[in-house]
Amino acid sequence: MTAVPAERELGTPLLLEAADLRKVYRARGSGNPVVAVDGVSFVIRAGETLALVGESGSGKTTIGRLVARLENVDGGAIRFDGADWLALSGGALRRKRRNLQVVFQDPQTSLNPRMRVGDQVAEPLRVQQIAPRRELAARVARLLEEVGLDPAAAARFPSEFSGGQRQRIAIARALATRPRLLVCDEPVSALDASIAAQIVNLLLDLQRDLGLAYLFISHDLPLVARVADRVAVLYLGRIVEEGSPAAVFGRPLHPYTAALVSSVPRDGAGEAPPRIPLPGEPGSGLAWERGCGFAPRCPIARPRCREETPALDEIVPGSRAACFYPGELRVPAL
Amino acid sequence: MNALAPGAPRRDVSLLRVADLRVEVLVDGILRPAVDGVSFAIERGECLAVVGESGCGKTMLGRALLDLLPEGARRSGAVHLDGRDLSGVSDSEWSKIRGRRIALVFQEPGAALDPVRTIGAQIDEALRRDGAGDPAGRRRRAESLLAEVAFPDPARGLSEYPHRLSGGQRQRAFLAIALARDPALLVADEPTASLDATVAADVLDLLDRLRRERALATLLITHDLSSAARRADRALVLYAGRVAEEGPAKSVFFEPRHPYTRALVACVPRLSDASAARRRLSSIPGSVPDLAFRPRGCCAFVHRCPDRFAPCDVAEPLLYPAGASLARCFLFDPSRGPGTGSPR
Repeated sequence: MTAVPAERELGTPLLLEAADLRKVYRARGSGNPVVAVDGVSFVIRAGETLALVGESGSGKTTIGRLVARLENVDGGAIRFDGADWLALSGGALRRKRRNLQVVFQDPQTSLNPRMRVGDQVAEPLRVQQIAPRRELAARVARLLEEVGLDPAAAARFPSEFSGGQRQRIAIARALATRPRLLVCDEPVSALDASIAAQIVNLLLDLQRDLGLAYLFISHDLPLVARVADRVAVLYLGRIVEEGSPAAVFGRPLHPYTAALVSSVPRDGAGEAPPRIPLPGEPGSGLAWERGCGFAPRCPIARPRCREETPALDEIVPGSRAACFYPGELRVPAL
Repeated sequence: MNALAPGAPRRDVSLLRVADLRVEVLVDGILRPAVDGVSFAIERGECLAVVGESGCGKTMLGRALLDLLPEGARRSGAVHLDGRDLSGVSDSEWSKIRGRRIALVFQEPGAALDPVRTIGAQIDEALRRDGAGDPAGRRRRAESLLAEVAFPDPARGLSEYPHRLSGGQRQRAFLAIALARDPALLVADEPTASLDATVAADVLDLLDRLRRERALATLLITHDLSSAARRADRALVLYAGRVAEEGPAKSVFFEPRHPYTRALVACVPRLSDASAARRRLSSIPGSVPDLAFRPRGCCAFVHRCPDRFAPCDVAEPLLYPAGASLARCFLFDPSRGPGTGSPR
């Protein structure tokens, strides 16, 4: 177990503790198995935002789905809200599920186009038998107001709303059971920056008012810098770096993080410093037998990196990285 | 016909000059202006970024240049390519111009590539359209095009099928097909929106290089203000189908004048915000007015504008000089605005 002894000392109770999660997809026929998530451990404290960042094949979306129990793990354990989350079933699972809800990238596909907005927001209340039937309408109205919509929206259909409004509806539905943790998978990446900012502000307001914790999955580093308390950078199914956004983005320890940060356009009108180019593209998740998964693309890889797998170790207080040469590759400055 | 002949570009006129372009699209059976009197020019080798929220007319503007408008849409206004007026040309001539002088690059190249034919066959088809050459020569040319777009292992790439390629490789392959006909202008509609950040930066670097090496002009339609600020020469900010601000890209994005541009730029979080964790973002209240309910007789942005003052409700602003740019805002109207040029 690589999970985070230092984190426990901070006092806030752990809401979720994921240990050594593993997920393998086996293609039909004779294809090689794809290791989507490969020994990932992290914790989320009550009221906190942990961001998962990474590119295609990093496993960030799969981790969200494992945490939400939308898919089964092939290994590892999750403790959530005081229970062995993956062992729960039946009524115990249904009751605990109230505390963990999901918001997806595209409300277009997560909302039912043929169902009125009010019925969709009320659905978790009915399924969970939280509110008696006669109170449903009032509860729905309050939820819609909470996410900045007119309660009259309840009588309309999703297609009558813009993308940003649909995401508000999805958030209202997720909030219906008063969860403690929201898994948000790219919640604003389908939206214009102006509308994305509105939704992000809503998530921040809800966190402040309701004490929500977020598992915030995103490819957008500047956005993550703004919303996250801690950030984990994933590459080919493994966490390669973890720490506060200021530390991870300000002084990356892992060369992959440095390359990611260098590909974000810099602020200000001055001349841009060079990017760290990476050969090839983010991998397809094919299993490697030994060595660091990033070594084939790493600008500073040495023979050792192809022989041994670096562990995710604390390098400086509060920051962990899985690299034999942490901090060696700097983000170019002018 | 001369203007279409490759190798005979005229240097005395802009590559593309668009004047008072209007595109009306059918909304519930009624024609509504998605693009409403837009004028601009692109010089050879120049990159013009077109930004604005969804529904402001960005994509429709690009489509109008290629005559790829939706069913029932109507285009008016003047489009001059190499000094030649394209308003009256026939459909068959349009299709010659399209692809030959102006090429389109989409967000998702997978959808634009033929899934059942190799990349080599698709480049070859483009090469054959402009006159044959022998097969061996075309093959060499196709391979050199893939090399030019930095496709890994070009010789092998020719025999690959699109589904076997990564997103970045598909975008490169699609660019090679577009370049086969040696266009002068690339209309790139969100060319990197579906790519990972590091791959997207590679593709944008490639577009920059093609621009320098081939003097290939680019109309970059994007929601990514940070990249537009870095890579474009000039920028056009569209709001509700009209130009809200236009000018050198650095001025538009780093010293925005129009309240809309300023609000749009302020919405984008920055990496240096890491120490500002959990602070609310700047946002623009409301949304772009629906096509069917565009305000008339007032500024289109008035309902969302933090700087609204008396004239905004009763008249439509023109484009006024504002710093190095032009801004459609009464703040810069010398006859009535506060006249400062630096609001608030």
